[in-house]
Amino acid sequence: MRALGMMVVAVVGVVGLAAAGRSSQAGGTVTGKVRFTGAKPLMAKIDMSDESVCKAKYTAPPTEETVVVNPNGTLANVFVYVDSGLPANYAAPAPTEDVVLDQNGCRYHPHVLGIRVGQKLAIKNSDGILHNIKAMGKLNRTFNVSQPTSMTTERVFTAREVMVPLECNVHGWMQAYLGVLPHPFFAVTGTDGSFSLKGLPPGTYTIKAWHEKYGTQVATVTVTAGGAKTQDFTFTAR
Amino acid sequence: MKSVGRLIAVCIALLSVSPTVRLSGQDTTAGKKVYVKWCAGCHGEDGKGDGPAAAYMLPRPRDFTGAVYQVRTTANGQLPTDGDLMRSIDDGLFGTAMPGWKTRLSDAERRDVLAYLKTFSSFFADTTQRPVALDFGREPGTDARSGRQFYDSIGCRKCHGDQGRGDGPSAPTLKDDAGFPIFAADLAQNWRFNGGGDVAAIYRRLRTGLDGTPMPSFSDLIDQKFLTADELWHLAQYVRSLSPPRPPELHDVIHAAAARGTLPAAPDDSAWNRVERSWFPLVGQVIHKSRWFTPAIAGVWVQALHDGRALALRITWDDRSQSPDSAWRPFTQRLLASVAGDDSTPPAAALWPDQLIVQFPTKIPEGMERPYFLMGAATQPVYQWRWTSAPRRAIAGLARGIERFDSLPAGSAPAAQAVYDHGQWRLVLTRALATPDTADDLQFRTGRAIPVAFFGQDGSNGEFGTRMAVSTWYFLALDQPTPPRVFVTPVVAIAVTLGLGLVLVRRAQQRGTRA
Repeated sequence: MRALGMMVVAVVGVVGLAAAGRSSQAGGTVTGKVRFTGAKPLMAKIDMSDESVCKAKYTAPPTEETVVVNPNGTLANVFVYVDSGLPANYAAPAPTEDVVLDQNGCRYHPHVLGIRVGQKLAIKNSDGILHNIKAMGKLNRTFNVSQPTSMTTERVFTAREVMVPLECNVHGWMQAYLGVLPHPFFAVTGTDGSFSLKGLPPGTYTIKAWHEKYGTQVATVTVTAGGAKTQDFTFTAR
Repeated sequence: MKSVGRLIAVCIALLSVSPTVRLSGQDTTAGKKVYVKWCAGCHGEDGKGDGPAAAYMLPRPRDFTGAVYQVRTTANGQLPTDGDLMRSIDDGLFGTAMPGWKTRLSDAERRDVLAYLKTFSSFFADTTQRPVALDFGREPGTDARSGRQFYDSIGCRKCHGDQGRGDGPSAPTLKDDAGFPIFAADLAQNWRFNGGGDVAAIYRRLRTGLDGTPMPSFSDLIDQKFLTADELWHLAQYVRSLSPPRPPELHDVIHAAAARGTLPAAPDDSAWNRVERSWFPLVGQVIHKSRWFTPAIAGVWVQALHDGRALALRITWDDRSQSPDSAWRPFTQRLLASVAGDDSTPPAAALWPDQLIVQFPTKIPEGMERPYFLMGAATQPVYQWRWTSAPRRAIAGLARGIERFDSLPAGSAPAAQAVYDHGQWRLVLTRALATPDTADDLQFRTGRAIPVAFFGQDGSNGEFGTRMAVSTWYFLALDQPTPPRVFVTPVVAIAVTLGLGLVLVRRAQQRGTRA
């Protein structure tokens, strides 16, 4: 009985993998860069002198992360996602692995992140000092959990929401933003300012790029089976 | 055995049905009428917490559209039960502008308005998520000492401060979910805790958190075995121990006892520990422009002693900042920008000092007539002592209305000694009962009811000029030194009574033997 069960699991797994491989092959891809023009704003230094544990983790004084412009002139921490255009019957179960948000050096890593509806967010305290993690969604229930020691708290988001602000009230500078989506087509720009949305079913999509200071930009992209499209965004200093 | 099981099942079913029965008695149309009449002024027509009065309040009235409630029995982030909402409607939220409605509205009105305010949020429409109260267990025996260890180890002091007076290092940066400045609770004033001040209420707040505020839940610590439930109860017991056993009662008269020996001029002289203290609540100055709706100082504790030559007043009050303090300046600016006032644009934050004013008439009145409590008038001035934290000194002067103060020469001023200690000022003001300037300075006399009033300012709370906390008139009575005959008379009376009694008894006995 158990052997049979295992076999079923194995077969389902193999078929599932094959299906996933096929769909990403057949699906289209949207890639691009998020550029930044204008004067790069100066980020304020964070005074961590009340938290020696955190302060000791930096060689240069840490600064706020509201606007992070990369050396190549692109903008980091932009959440790029498919806003609409997926087939009405599109369904993809949330992955079983956790999305990890780490509190380290009295900052959130990453500063901007995405998660699937129903997927677990593992909130880790690597500092071992008191943090409270507060989520202030409007469509998801809020939470506010105390973490006075090295520990991990898991929470799940039940509704699509871009974005859910996260903050720590012990350290007023600690802020992060979480995009909650019912599909896997999202990305956050990193140190090269690029993003890639893979495996999109053929169709026409509204793609949005969100930045915490500069707001949201919208583009419409049509994707063909196996095709690759480029869609860049540009944010301007203000 | 099976029938017992069935009986239990039926009981459970009945129990779970009864709230639904109650719910069906609620009428949201009638609830709307009640809401518009009594609630919308603060909470707004659309339940967004933005009624006409809202801008004058901190904390702001609840925004019902988010269905985020501070005082609940449900887990952090969960919807409140109907019982939770009804408790807040019935009793109000202590320390805020929300009054209790139990005596003002009928049972039906309160049930209806509860049902109506739930319609503001779609979260309540989802009946698959029925809110369930947590199991809080039972309070173990008191161990406030180990509670103190957890107070330190889980970081309560970060916001609430070492002595719990809301003066922790993170306190100046705190804001609520809507971004408005918010205070860490002064844990020494449990009668102002939003959800109640007894140990059980404190424990519930620790388990559930105060949603919408920076106060988190500590339930995960128990789930992950970093703390036991008993240990969290001990923390609640410790927090409770920071406040007096009972909420302070208001007395109209401060008695200045006649001191034996020298008057204690230092705020922390142990002699003050034996002197009765009286609590006088302060409220925002909302009469004269610029009015002030969100004062930081909730009240003052006053003690008094005299030695026949001089009077010493010890005034103690909680103030989360030792103003001027640049660490609080951004908070001051946020607060001034958040609270509506009489000025078209909010004033720019400056490093204002703390101030405490003690007010007397210039003369002890013969009848009931007293000068205007709000700093007298041009025709009838009041005599005031004004102590400031910077410069650290006390001066005396005559106030002729709230905007005019003429200082008197140094000879009229009291001596002042003040200590700032973890969110609390302790100030002793001492002055001779009699002074040369008998026209301007109040001449204190024993055995008389002397009107006295108090005013306070917390500079970091944006309080300057007419922005202050005020009291009404109370009385100060300097007890007469006890004359020796007070002690002799009772002894004589007892001796005489005893003697007379003995005579009577003896006579009766003699009469008895004769018979």
